Amino acid sequence: MSLLARVAGIGVAGPGLPDWESARAALRDPAAFVRSPTAVPVPEALPPVERRRCGTNVKLALGAGFEAARRSGLPPEAFATVFASSSGDGDNCHAICETLASEDRQISPTRFHNSVHNAPSGYWSIASRSTRPSDSIGAFDASFAAGLLEALTRIAGGESPVMLIAYDSPYPEPLQAARPMTDGFAVALALLPPDATGLLLGATIANEAPTVLANEALEALRLGVPAARSLALLALLARGDTGTAALEYLPGLALRIEVSP
Amino acid sequence: MQSPLITSFTVTSALGRGLAATARRLAAAETGLAPCRFETVDLDTFVGEVPGIDAHPLPATLRRFDCRNNRLADLALATDGFAEAVAAASARWGAGRVGVFLGTSTAGILSTEIAYRHRDAITGALPADYRYRETHNTNSVTEFVRDRLGLAGPALTHSTACSSSAKAFASAWRAIASGIADAAVVGGVDTLCLTTLYGFHSLGLLSSRPCRPWDANRDGICIGEGAAFFLVERAQPGRDPAPRLLGFGESCDAYHMSSPHPQGEGARAAMQAALARAGLEPGDIDYVNLHGTATPANDAAEDKAVTAVFGDRVPCSSTKGATGHTLGAAGAVEAAIALLALADGFVPPGLGVDTPDPQLHVRYATRTERRVLRRAMSNSFGFGGSNCSLVFGAATEAPR
Repeated sequence: MSLLARVAGIGVAGPGLPDWESARAALRDPAAFVRSPTAVPVPEALPPVERRRCGTNVKLALGAGFEAARRSGLPPEAFATVFASSSGDGDNCHAICETLASEDRQISPTRFHNSVHNAPSGYWSIASRSTRPSDSIGAFDASFAAGLLEALTRIAGGESPVMLIAYDSPYPEPLQAARPMTDGFAVALALLPPDATGLLLGATIANEAPTVLANEALEALRLGVPAARSLALLALLARGDTGTAALEYLPGLALRIEVSP
Repeated sequence: MQSPLITSFTVTSALGRGLAATARRLAAAETGLAPCRFETVDLDTFVGEVPGIDAHPLPATLRRFDCRNNRLADLALATDGFAEAVAAASARWGAGRVGVFLGTSTAGILSTEIAYRHRDAITGALPADYRYRETHNTNSVTEFVRDRLGLAGPALTHSTACSSSAKAFASAWRAIASGIADAAVVGGVDTLCLTTLYGFHSLGLLSSRPCRPWDANRDGICIGEGAAFFLVERAQPGRDPAPRLLGFGESCDAYHMSSPHPQGEGARAAMQAALARAGLEPGDIDYVNLHGTATPANDAAEDKAVTAVFGDRVPCSSTKGATGHTLGAAGAVEAAIALLALADGFVPPGLGVDTPDPQLHVRYATRTERRVLRRAMSNSFGFGGSNCSLVFGAATEAPR
């Protein structure tokens, strides 16, 4: 059986891909893709104090999420949200672990509350004033597909609209060596039930290998960041026509997505 | 969808290993809290430590997952016949039809904290035997449990701080309702680590004595560790009576990263959503297991929210004076306590109330009350303003 949803809006923040417009162009014509350091969006919607306090993942997630909401034409506060990420804020985690390994273990309160996996969700709810349900999930390299599946089960249960926001950014050393990641990357999908308008997604869990991108640089990005495992799906959405992609899911499994008008 | 069955469950915390020990010590108003002697921690606080974790090795084939958090998970899975019940469900439904939805706040981060003390003096590298994916990563406990139980269905880890494992029940409900699974292992595991102990200390939220939810002089939390697992199955004709997950409700405060909404607006919305999904009225609930962290702010906000929904009629208590605050595992540990209260017919007492707070108005139970309970609610509220309330029904209740 297949879980269905319409894509009402997309947001992207990635290396050389500052928004969905640029990502769509790069995915349609990979020769035009120029990888450059990810531009971290400024979270304008946050109050100044929170804007100063929040980390890279929060900024990436909010940037992509607000873009997807804007493109959907729906207010950000209307969405139930699913935040999906392999890890928390890497710089923050590193700083806490360094402090805890030092003589003086006093960590800062802001560092501590930023260490929770749901920090982007918390800042999103403050920025958007949304009191709707919000998940913050992780599934290592399967985080994007697991988050999408969770969002689709919310749609199937009658919730609408639902926003999936997947994001990841690299750890500093020494954790980077233990969990290598190449870039910061975030993607957001504003999802509506199948009776709405927009491209239709149908998802099933399948025993198959993930779809590989033909372009070397885009494939390197797909493998370089867990949230960029979404690129096989984004390539279909960029073309805007019928097609199938298998997204990396749990070991041995893929989430097979059919896109149709 | 008819509300799913909970056909097996288990809990391990500072109160003890397994359902019988937990129910006995809860009803006897005993606490598992003790002065903190954990690791190298030099803080003046009490903690709820689970004895015997270090002496519990993982199965040889799963040693790569070795860390305190996964050891506690394994200890809990091997209790109350839980792993055997999952094996039977896996045979009944097929391993690919059984999901794993767990909650944790810090997973095995203790392994990273210790590894940072042993970085290479020249390169700064972590020790060669450090394993990130299987210990530190948020999903490590879910990957371990899925492998340990031989399951192959959908899986993910919720990490919304102290509401994490309550939200895992919601995922299981949605997975079964939408047809991507027929059953699910739901649970929560969190273990003591320096990040949370020093982190809550930095916020001035650690109590220097056993925590006192709902006491006028409450002054903060005591961190505990714990694991609880539930086998949640699609309801089918002909199954033995079993307790049920009747509903869940989720909300966000949209207020502050580490303080609850002062009027408890988010908490109220979560409770009302849970009642609505269960098709119940406030008067249908016989016991509320409060989030009840014993911080001045949480208990005041939660009291407003619970009073707004239930008035002062429903017996309520926080069991964190017995277990400590098990953070990402709290939703699961307290769901197990709610199910024990339904099964055994008792309201667990809230410990540590010397001076009831005159500003708080729920009917707070400080002594064990023996009575028939049909339905119980469990509240879990986390940093980032993440709220989740669950409603459970006793096995004797008619299906809904």
